[in-house]
Amino acid sequence: MKYTYYPGCSLHSTSWEYDASTRAVFRRLGIELEELDDWSCCGATSAHATDDFLGKALPLRNLILAEEKGQDIMLPCAACYNTLRTADRFMRSGSQQARELNLELARVMGREYQGTVETRHILDVLQDKTVQSLLKSRVVRPLTGLKVAAYYGCLLNRPPEIVSFDVPEQPVVMDRLLETIGAEPVQWSYKTECCGGSSSIPQPEVAVRLNTRIVLDALRSGAQAIVTACPLCHVNLDTRQEGAIGQVPELGAGMPIFHITELLGIALGTPEEEVRQWFARHLVDPGRLFSESTQVA
Amino acid sequence: MAVNVGEVGALAPSFSLLKMMEEKTGLAISRCFQCQKCTNGCPVSDAMDLKTHEVVRLVQLGARDRLLAANSIWLCVSCRTCEARCPNDIDSSRIMEVLRSLVQPARRTPTGQRVEAFHSAFLGTVRQLGRAYELGLIGVYKMKTATYSQDLSLGLQMFKRRKLKLWPERVRRLRQVREIFQRAEAKKG
Repeated sequence: MKYTYYPGCSLHSTSWEYDASTRAVFRRLGIELEELDDWSCCGATSAHATDDFLGKALPLRNLILAEEKGQDIMLPCAACYNTLRTADRFMRSGSQQARELNLELARVMGREYQGTVETRHILDVLQDKTVQSLLKSRVVRPLTGLKVAAYYGCLLNRPPEIVSFDVPEQPVVMDRLLETIGAEPVQWSYKTECCGGSSSIPQPEVAVRLNTRIVLDALRSGAQAIVTACPLCHVNLDTRQEGAIGQVPELGAGMPIFHITELLGIALGTPEEEVRQWFARHLVDPGRLFSESTQVA
Repeated sequence: MAVNVGEVGALAPSFSLLKMMEEKTGLAISRCFQCQKCTNGCPVSDAMDLKTHEVVRLVQLGARDRLLAANSIWLCVSCRTCEARCPNDIDSSRIMEVLRSLVQPARRTPTGQRVEAFHSAFLGTVRQLGRAYELGLIGVYKMKTATYSQDLSLGLQMFKRRKLKLWPERVRRLRQVREIFQRAEAKKG
């Protein structure tokens, strides 16, 4: 098994640890990832928010590059996934505008997009039956006793006719993965509520308000941590908890936020030294969960 | 809540705004029958001066001035919950985006100015490098908006944990990315 890997800008900077843990997990599963050569930014969210052409053309450049490789594309970032998949579905519609865009990009790239490869999010790849049984057989350190809230946010589920590989209002793929590695996903109400990531810089007060609701609901539902499958949700939840911390003293320094691949990586036996490097990039230290509960550690 | 027509200013009973918006968004906005599922699922509803269903209604009625002065169009976080739940397939976040583009730069609210500054700073780095560069975009954004002290301690914490990369990455075939931007500009005219 082999995928063309599109990390996206966040995984090369603010979410370095999501990239590192994704590579660790796939290495341990024996699935090859080949990083797309010379990939460029998908433009999310500024391009599609301000310019129709840019919003489709920037992801399309990457689709054309990936198609030359012939394998399906795997993306860990929910925003890149949403953007590339939206462009892919638009091109497959075969509409007049899609044909025009294809011709125009062919002049830039030297080839058209045929729509012969699939654009898949990492959760979608991980839920494949063969990958599930691989994962199950390779868990060496089950995360027994760890209560976590699986957070899906917006971009993995909406709009359902384009991106959904799960139940849009009540997604479960990440919950199932967490069960597979022995953790205990909690039932909660804010799985698909927006964290306000896109407003984190221009309107931090909006992001703080939305984060507060999410973190407090996870806490009320008995979760010790939140798990994400998007670098933008992750950085936003990890860095803007001041509203929740101010309201609830028992939160202490904040609720740890994990990338799904960090927990999978630990369960698959990634050496502690490597895991410590991932955690060093978090603002709310998740390491304490592993020292508190001897079962998990 | 019913829209109080007395407060909305000049209407366009010729449906010119509705027609133009339907064309630009590709959505059947005239189908809306005010079920309010959009407003009820909206995570920022409580802070909006015009609720989502009211925005849609005012587009139907042609209350252009009131719409372009609303804070709602800048508050929308494009989570698309409204779209997923709309029985008429109306993507209200798309309506908000198009309304934003109709606001003259000089008439943007302070929030509107910050949102636009963010988008242009972000796309500026992508145009220059082919990839986003957080440190660069934050610098440009702060220059444009004079928000130097905002998030200063957060920025330092992120820097300490090496979440903000010092040096940018650059795409090899930058010419392709630049050409895409040039074509986008040519279309805007």
